[in-house]
Amino acid sequence: MHAFYNLVSGPLVWVAFAIFLIGSIWKVFSLLSGTKKKDGYVFTYWSWGHAIQSYIHWLIPFMSENSRQQPLMSVMTFLAHLGIVLVPIFTMGHIVLLEEGALGLSWIALPDQVADYAAWAVIAGCCFFAYRRLVLPQVKFVTSCSDFVILAIVVAPFLTGAMAYHGWGDNLLMTSLHMLSGEIMLVAIPFTKLSHMLTFWYTRGYTASEFGAVRKVYDW
Amino acid sequence: MSDTAEHTEAAEPVLTFLEKVHAKAEQDQVDGKYAAFEKIEDVGIDQGVARLTPEKIQKTINGVLKGECGTRMKTYVETCVHCGLCSDACHHYLSNDKNPKYSPVGKVKRTIWNMLDKDGKLTPEECREAVIVAQTECNLCRRCQQFCPFGIDIAYMISTVRRISFKLGITPQYIQDTANSHSVTMNQMWVKDDEWPDTLQWQEDEGRDEIPRLRIPVDKEGADFMYSVIAPEPKFRTHLINQAAVIFDQAGCDWTMPQLPGWDNSDMAMFTGDFETMGRVKKMHYEVAQKLRVKKIVMGECGHAFRSVYDVGNRWLGWRMPPIEMVHSIEFFAQLFREGRIKLKDKYPEQVTFHDPCNTVRGRGLHEDGRYVANLLTQGVVEMSPSKLYNYCCNAGGGVINCGPPWKTKRVLSNKIKAEQLARMKDRGINTIVSPCHNCHGGLEDIIHHYGLEMELKFLGDLIYELMEKPGAVE
Ligand code: SF4
Ligand code: SF4
Ligand code: SF4
Repeated sequence: MHAFYNLVSGPLVWVAFAIFLIGSIWKVFSLLSGTKKKDGYVFTYWSWGHAIQSYIHWLIPFMSENSRQQPLMSVMTFLAHLGIVLVPIFTMGHIVLLEEGALGLSWIALPDQVADYAAWAVIAGCCFFAYRRLVLPQVKFVTSCSDFVILAIVVAPFLTGAMAYHGWGDNLLMTSLHMLSGEIMLVAIPFTKLSHMLTFWYTRGYTASEFGAVRKVYDW
Repeated sequence: MSDTAEHTEAAEPVLTFLEKVHAKAEQDQVDGKYAAFEKIEDVGIDQGVARLTPEKIQKTINGVLKGECGTRMKTYVETCVHCGLCSDACHHYLSNDKNPKYSPVGKVKRTIWNMLDKDGKLTPEECREAVIVAQTECNLCRRCQQFCPFGIDIAYMISTVRRISFKLGITPQYIQDTANSHSVTMNQMWVKDDEWPDTLQWQEDEGRDEIPRLRIPVDKEGADFMYSVIAPEPKFRTHLINQAAVIFDQAGCDWTMPQLPGWDNSDMAMFTGDFETMGRVKKMHYEVAQKLRVKKIVMGECGHAFRSVYDVGNRWLGWRMPPIEMVHSIEFFAQLFREGRIKLKDKYPEQVTFHDPCNTVRGRGLHEDGRYVANLLTQGVVEMSPSKLYNYCCNAGGGVINCGPPWKTKRVLSNKIKAEQLARMKDRGINTIVSPCHNCHGGLEDIIHHYGLEMELKFLGDLIYELMEKPGAVE
């Protein structure tokens, strides 16, 4: 067990970070260079002003028409995404590990209680997404096995983290599983649908540019 | 006794128009009209499908998906998180009992995903499904793009399926016929080179009964603007040409119409994915205006043609924006009113509702201009819900109406949601719909007729012509 812990808390952390970073850079680079090669018009019509307005409208709940029409989905999506971004970066445990580990830097942490709530928000969000996939016909029709795998990849580090924090189950095991699942998630980001974290800016921005700059109309 | 009879009569329920639409839709279900969608035959598709070979299918699909398309298409496919949030945007989905196969992402799954998953190795039957989805179940209206959190351009993906279908030779017969007409005659309706100036002269004559000095200036070099129309105008709705002539004449415009091919701004080749023909047709349209050295092109009340001249054709030809200023008549009429060049002698006696053509709202944001003009002309615009940039398409657009009679019932039934919108207006006492798009008129007429809504349709030009002061008129 200790060997497992040492592996996931030591070398694997660095491997995961490296793959995440290099993978993400590769993803963005191939996106941009591929676009330059064959879809150059994306750059031609790109308008930062419209793109930024659109990011704001789509990232704040109830600012877009569709978000107003889907209030529950909007709240769940917003909370889950907020948790996914905040918890890994602003949890005390993570900051301490990184500071001691290599970065030598630290930053403000969320109070444990808040981080815990945020983690549960992610878990609840994922359950809600899974429920939609199983129950709503229009979502079920386009859902495949891999969509559930993605949800599992996301929920795992938050669930194990919350369990470790509350002392549920064997602590060392939970902590190790938490680290492993976190590493899996990091690695998965550039290579799976989780890459929407990177490509969102591209698809949203291009649509906003076309709608705003050429067609003189909002895309929200 | 007679008392009772009277009572029974009074108790007879009076259906609202909304209830009538629901009753009709239920009847359509019972009559199996929705179920009959699956059995529609189209010579263009069916004979084309019979000619397909496995090699041709795979080579064509991959040629387009890997050759013509690039990162953008790949990114859309990879980014879509299958959340289904685009579903409620689509009138096909809403009108077909929320059947998921008609949701925007559902339609992508049935076409592009399938092609990618199978590396282009579709069966002829699957190719048939793909072309039916692309040509008859999506109007490229882009409403879903406004509802997808990622802004995924489903209309682009569906257009790509049409391109593939075109290259496979399985386009629906009627729309392929109009695309052929574009290719041969440079107009959509097989109007011959001598028929066109004849028609203009005929319309000039017609207009002269009212305004003796009326001219339709043909090939006038250096005029302020060239007026272009879609070929169905000289073919079926000729009076629109003399109406426009009267409006421009009385507003003191310096204008012209071209004599040579290029006068037609419509574009069915764009909708069949025959981009080569589209490019030739658009080039001629821009060039004829450039030869006349006009400052801009003002085009008639059409949605798809505007998309083609303002947004699509120019790009295919390598122009970032059209090489000559393009103005839709909504915008042009608004300008004439703002400049005080049109004075009204009368107002339309009723309130009206306004159906926004997708291509002038999501394609150019002209909803406010349209309402400005309609409000001046009438007792006011009562809004449908949703409207303006969130309008539901009429289900004629994107070439769907041009796929012709085999698909008519499916088209009308797949826009029950529009019928409901209109019925709510009718229940509020609104009898007239203003819509500045030929296709929308076609689509809405069919819906009005099918659901017994008894509403009238008007172009902005109809109302202006009817209500404006005409100092030059006799009598
Ligand atoms: S018809 Fe309009 S809303 Fe429906 S899929 Fe096509 S573009 Fe999207
Ligand atoms: S809303 Fe966008 S991401 Fe969601 S299913 Fe539709 S196209 Fe895909
Ligand atoms: S016909 Fe009218 S409503 Fe329909 S797609 Fe075209 S512009 Fe839109």
